[in-house]
Amino acid sequence: MRLSPRLTQKIAWSFAWAAGAVSLLFLLFIVGYVLAKGLAAIGPGFLLTEPGGGISGEGGISSCIVSTLWLIVTTMAILTPLGLGAAIYLAEYAPDSRLTRLIRHAVELLAGVPSIVFGLFGFAIFCMALHFSYSILAGALTLVCLLLPFLMRSAEEAIRAVPQSYRAAALALGATKWQTVTNVILPAALPGIITGVILCVGGVVAESACLFVTMGGNAEMPRSFLDGGRTLAVHVFYLAMETTALDKALATGAVLIMAIVIINLTTRSLSRRLQARMSGGA
Amino acid sequence: MDPKIETRQLDFYYGKLQALKNVTLNITEHQITALIGPSGCGKSTFLRTLNRMNDIIPTGRLEGEVVLDGQDIYEPGTDVVAVRKRVGMVFQQPNPFPKSVYENVAFGPKMLGMNHRVTLDEMVERSLRSAALWDEVRDDLRKSGLALSGGQQQRLCLARVLAVEPEVILMDEPCSALDPLATLKIEELMQELKNSYTIVIVTHNMQQAARVSDWTGFFLLGELVEYGRTSELFSRPQDKRTEGYITGRFG
Repeated sequence: MRLSPRLTQKIAWSFAWAAGAVSLLFLLFIVGYVLAKGLAAIGPGFLLTEPGGGISGEGGISSCIVSTLWLIVTTMAILTPLGLGAAIYLAEYAPDSRLTRLIRHAVELLAGVPSIVFGLFGFAIFCMALHFSYSILAGALTLVCLLLPFLMRSAEEAIRAVPQSYRAAALALGATKWQTVTNVILPAALPGIITGVILCVGGVVAESACLFVTMGGNAEMPRSFLDGGRTLAVHVFYLAMETTALDKALATGAVLIMAIVIINLTTRSLSRRLQARMSGGA
Repeated sequence: MDPKIETRQLDFYYGKLQALKNVTLNITEHQITALIGPSGCGKSTFLRTLNRMNDIIPTGRLEGEVVLDGQDIYEPGTDVVAVRKRVGMVFQQPNPFPKSVYENVAFGPKMLGMNHRVTLDEMVERSLRSAALWDEVRDDLRKSGLALSGGQQQRLCLARVLAVEPEVILMDEPCSALDPLATLKIEELMQELKNSYTIVIVTHNMQQAARVSDWTGFFLLGELVEYGRTSELFSRPQDKRTEGYITGRFG
């Protein structure tokens, strides 16, 4: 017997609804659990003291916060110009040749490689061959390799989404190609580019495995990007695996979750405000 | 008098497709030249060869000459940017930048290296006045160009072109996206502007060509079928095909 279209529709709808509800509940449960358990352990002392080590996981996470900030700044300082430059080249200058198609394929392939493989590569090249040893710089360079495909692709898409009529108008007014790119195309593509950049910051915050093998696990306060360090995510890993301080691992996790929420909210409001200013609504 | 622009045996190809066939045409200074013809006849392609906007098309190829004031603009070594400064263009769809009214008009001069604030202010005002837009936007030059109406946007685009102080203005169906009132405004403007500029307009609208232009060229399938004084061409067309088109038998 065949089901009537009405009944099929009902079953499909119920299934979709149930799947949506279950995944939402999972998410709420995970975030709620980490926050509820973790927030209790967070206080000024926790945020402002360095991890003390030991089996019971003494101390706080101050140096981990600083390491994370160092890593974000160093990574983005290298990643942003590289990704943007490559995206501009691919979207505006590169001819549609076999070479550029090859580049695009390579980029897509790279985006699918597990991060720990990038970590091993970073360890071999940056830590060993280039003698950066365990350092924030080695971690940052590794993250650049990891995140570059994503940033390139999202920036290229943002640039390609700029209407062709803007390019024609600028060129017809006697602007050079480069003037057109910097004065018309990039401002119009900026909201999309910013979104890509901030999502990359989120990636830096979230990554752990490939940083463990390039930055080491040193929990001391880093004095420069040439020192090693332990990011928040790596610290969570360490606390969970090497100590009995599950509460502190959850607290660090709560800090991470809040950081990521803040980054996402900033992304949205920033890109919305920029878009409004671009179209003159602000 | 020497023509302002002269094309000689102009051929243009999109890949293997020939879009212009042996077009030879003289454009007179301080006059309005209208190019008419059915869709796909090559009139817009022809217009775009006059300021090398067709250079953007990767598969495009041109043969023949386009002579501006005695100089072939396709000669190797020609400064394309300089050509486009002298020969400005208004497009079919109004395409202001997503910037303020002021920044839209100041764009061209700025790209040419003009940074002096007072000079720029004067330039913006003069251009907006010439485009008959000043009175409507003077109170809020910071407003986005995209917030204007369609007709205002098209006049903004015209002001943007005027700010570069071109000698020739190319208009590619500038009124096709506008209502009759906005169209009238643009047409009136063209009559004023022709005292200072040479204007070439592509139009779908034969009445418009008859109303505004001094010279008319009729294109069909990439060929310039007939070219002459507008009054002559519309009253006594020499070619059967021209007659068929202007009397509405096809198009």
